[in-house]
Amino acid sequence: MDFSMIFFILVAALSVGAAVGVVASRVAVHSALFLLVHFVTLAILYITLDAQFLAAAQVIIYAGGIVILILFVIMLIGSQPFTGRAGYRTWVPFAGVALGLLMVAGLAYAIVQTPLMPATLPANAGGVPEELGMFLYTQNILLVELAAVLLLVALLGALLLAKWPKAERIVN
Amino acid sequence: MDFAWWLNTLILPTIRALVVILVLLTGFAYLTWYERKLLARFQVRYGPNRAGPKGLLQPIADAFKAVFKEEIVPNHVDKPIYLIAPALALVPALLIWAVIPVAKGQAAIADVPIGFLWILAIVGLESYGIILAGWSSNNNYSLLGALRSSAQMIAYELPMGAFLVSILVLAGSFSLVTLVETPRAWWEWIWLWLMFPLFFICILAETNRSPFDLPETENELVAGFQTEYGGIKFALFFMAEYISMITTSAIMATLFFGGYALPFGIGSDFLPWLGPFILAGKVIVLLFLFIWVRASVGRPRYDQLMRFAWKVLLPISLAYFVITVLLTVFFK
Repeated sequence: MDFSMIFFILVAALSVGAAVGVVASRVAVHSALFLLVHFVTLAILYITLDAQFLAAAQVIIYAGGIVILILFVIMLIGSQPFTGRAGYRTWVPFAGVALGLLMVAGLAYAIVQTPLMPATLPANAGGVPEELGMFLYTQNILLVELAAVLLLVALLGALLLAKWPKAERIVN
Repeated sequence: MDFAWWLNTLILPTIRALVVILVLLTGFAYLTWYERKLLARFQVRYGPNRAGPKGLLQPIADAFKAVFKEEIVPNHVDKPIYLIAPALALVPALLIWAVIPVAKGQAAIADVPIGFLWILAIVGLESYGIILAGWSSNNNYSLLGALRSSAQMIAYELPMGAFLVSILVLAGSFSLVTLVETPRAWWEWIWLWLMFPLFFICILAETNRSPFDLPETENELVAGFQTEYGGIKFALFFMAEYISMITTSAIMATLFFGGYALPFGIGSDFLPWLGPFILAGKVIVLLFLFIWVRASVGRPRYDQLMRFAWKVLLPISLAYFVITVLLTVFFK
């Protein structure tokens, strides 16, 4: 086993451990922090694959933006640690496990079906900003615009949900 | 993987990192002395003058005091996060130094092709220490300080990011070393310097420096996010703030004032070892600016601070970005 393989296994184990921590933790802020660790380890994995731009974007957007917003919201609404168990029907955990296994099987099938390419430079050009920019803003400009519209709709939806009761109160 | 491989990939970078950290910690210690002396001058006082000549041993005395103070961990805190928060505040300020160019063709540790994005990414992580310190302290003053800090940092990160991206568009390269070494046209310099005051305002807010030190306003929030911290843990927050001052000054020197190079390329060929000293000189001048602002400008209200970020700085920064893109497309 060479050095990079050992490194990969260490980082991947940390990443999976953090992901388990996100769902297993009983304090909301701890979950958010596990999520942060998970995002950072993912970024490290991207760097080992020569996708440096992707790694930087991952940290800037998810670690620097999203998780901070999550923490902000948790602090605003207050976070009491969960004690006791959530109320659910007895079959729910089994359904969860079954769906999880189904997803693992689907992913495994997809990975086995995809031919593995050697990590050569052209294959990894997706990590270089110039190449990525040309790829996104020439061939796939329509998809980029559609994603922007999707985000805008989500934003307007959130605004509407947040504003709705207030507008009603004014009418009444 | 022979010895040379280990030397180049692990041993040399480690030594460089240790040197950078050592220089920064010494710089931090003497920055506190510099600030206290300068503030005293601004207020017509003497400042520290008892420990050593001109009070030069004062930082060392302070360091000993902080280290030997009793370590108190209150009972009502979330212990793991409470203990890790000061470290999380300090580490990003040190990490940014990895990509800052210090001499001709040399970054402090590594000239990575995404140096610019590295800065953006690490700046985004800088608020974690403060937010988590405030939350884990389980104290309303601390929590309010943390909330203020996170809202302020999110708000000012946007215009700062837009300004940084404008510089990036103008430079055309993600590498900071290339940025310093590529000659700029005269209109590029003027266009950059027009933006410098606005960028400096963003930096003041990002580093929680006066007049934007609202997360720790002593008249409303006791000491804000660091109320429950004492001894060396408090010193770590202090260190984080001052080292971010040094770091952001180095970034500004690199982006706006040619980094380690003298103007008009003087001495660039025959004195390559002078680079770090020139950079340090520029950093000291910029640090003077930080302290000058602290001594002169009063603190705004919190709503004024937020309104300024969203309604003034953000539109200006976006307009600046669009104009920069147009200038780059038509004149370069």
